[in-house]
Amino acid sequence: MGEKNLKGWLYLLPAILFLGAFMLYPLIDVLIYSFEEGYNFTSQTFHGVGTYNYSYVLHDPFFLQALKNTFILVIITVPLSTGIALLISVGLSSIKKLRELFQTVYFLPYVTNTLAVGLVFMILFQKTPYTDGFANLIIQFFGGQSVDFIDGPYWAKMFVLCFYTVWVVMPFKILILTSALASVRQDYYNAAMVDGTSRLRMFTKITLPMISPSLFYLVITGFIGAFKAYSDAVALFGTDLNAAGMNTIVGYVYDMLYSSGGYPSYASAAAIILFVIVLTITVINLLVSKKHVHY
Amino acid sequence: MNHTTDFEKMERAAAVRKKAVTVITYVLLSLWAVMVLFPFYWMILTSVKEYGAYNSEYIPKLFTLSPTFENYISAFTSVPLADYFLNTLVFTVVTTAIMLFVTVFAAFAFARLDFPGKDLTFTLFLALMMIPNELVVITNYVTVTDLDLRNTFAGLILPSVASVFYVYLLKENFAQVPNELYLAAKVDGTSDLKFLFRVLIPICRPTIVTITILKVIECWNSYVWPRLAADEESHFLVSVGIQKIRESGFGRDNIPAMMAAVVVISVPLIVLFLLFRKKIMEGVSRGGTKG
Repeated sequence: MGEKNLKGWLYLLPAILFLGAFMLYPLIDVLIYSFEEGYNFTSQTFHGVGTYNYSYVLHDPFFLQALKNTFILVIITVPLSTGIALLISVGLSSIKKLRELFQTVYFLPYVTNTLAVGLVFMILFQKTPYTDGFANLIIQFFGGQSVDFIDGPYWAKMFVLCFYTVWVVMPFKILILTSALASVRQDYYNAAMVDGTSRLRMFTKITLPMISPSLFYLVITGFIGAFKAYSDAVALFGTDLNAAGMNTIVGYVYDMLYSSGGYPSYASAAAIILFVIVLTITVINLLVSKKHVHY
Repeated sequence: MNHTTDFEKMERAAAVRKKAVTVITYVLLSLWAVMVLFPFYWMILTSVKEYGAYNSEYIPKLFTLSPTFENYISAFTSVPLADYFLNTLVFTVVTTAIMLFVTVFAAFAFARLDFPGKDLTFTLFLALMMIPNELVVITNYVTVTDLDLRNTFAGLILPSVASVFYVYLLKENFAQVPNELYLAAKVDGTSDLKFLFRVLIPICRPTIVTITILKVIECWNSYVWPRLAADEESHFLVSVGIQKIRESGFGRDNIPAMMAAVVVISVPLIVLFLLFRKKIMEGVSRGGTKG
């Protein structure tokens, strides 16, 4: 028996070592950091315990800007990407020819490096002395004024960020929704057709309820993912996001840790605030879903 | 008589409407396909434009008649793109290999072995799945700095190994293999280790391939940790490298060379995807995120 015990733990040992050192311990540590006031990175000392780090972060204009940016990004991209993905998936499941080709193409952004392809979006939207850029070409074609989307007004920058974010998250959503749509049993539609039900009614009364668990799953993961937005913004606006006014909460955490010279306690406080926000939103989502999702 | 024509008319109208819906569907689907493909087209197009030609196009041209590979040469000569590439390759291969080793043994322990505290440990594992990376990165940064592991492969790789979700995925798959096989192997005197490698792993190969591919994609694209763990160019991965190229490589204006670098970075994963399309899409729908 003793040997058997030992064996089980021996097989688990590598996993426990890795998870313990790089997940469990950091988790506890980050909480401790966030309450240590005046922590000095080089000497690793602090002079008190309290909630000062939280109040510093919550009063930091850069954090408030990051908070605002993140919320705008979440509110725009989550419904938009889920909606478009639903539209595309419904379209995909109604056709036969070229379906696989479309599915393959739609999946491409998933396997691309966010940082690298973000640069392509940057040059498409950027206005430089040499060129107005491709996006402005289209705007001018329709008689609009050209805008610099990368260094210009706030809403122009927010637009590109949302656009790129939607582009990046779409493959996952389309994939999940097409497989959900494929699993709705044909019998239901046949029965509805015999009853002479209209297409729209079939969609709202059969399709939507049947795929509601997947839709809901996408909304939850969408919220969580969008709240953690960061590399998309870096790809478009460079590493100094505070200067561009386009920082996100996660970006703020990393800047506190790295660029602005090592403030792990402020970074920890900001990370915990983010975690609390995400947790709250997820709980709200779960409560709402209880009413509307049919399992 | 009149009735039949009415019916025919209705039927024809329905057919027309159906056709119209189909056409609109195809148009919309193609529109999104263009949206997806256009950035790729643009990056390849720009990467084969000559530096001078690119900068003289105030209105960017949608095609080029004199493609050049000049930019690809300068992508490898004037910035250390090959080094970034090699670093990423080493990072990806080693991280994935260690992850597989750790995951296979942990999944086996949870699925097949009996020992006190197993259920509690497994619950703890599942709880860890909910922990966002952002929370643990801070301490890991401090740990790695304290251990003097910054700008080393150990510092890059070790914190990137753990993937609780894959342990869960593989454990579920191992558990599906009938227990009789295990007992039969026991009766034959097969050791646990032999059973794992001769029976379980071959049977569960599809899942193992899936998690390998998912981890490779994750490693190849990872940015946050590699940026924190290395600030010397000798240990940059492609994500960090491309950002560096954007900010100071080539001279800021050499967009064609930058795009050549972007193409080089993007190609391996796209090739991998085209080779393992079905596997990747199936794997992502089971366990991917990035959404």
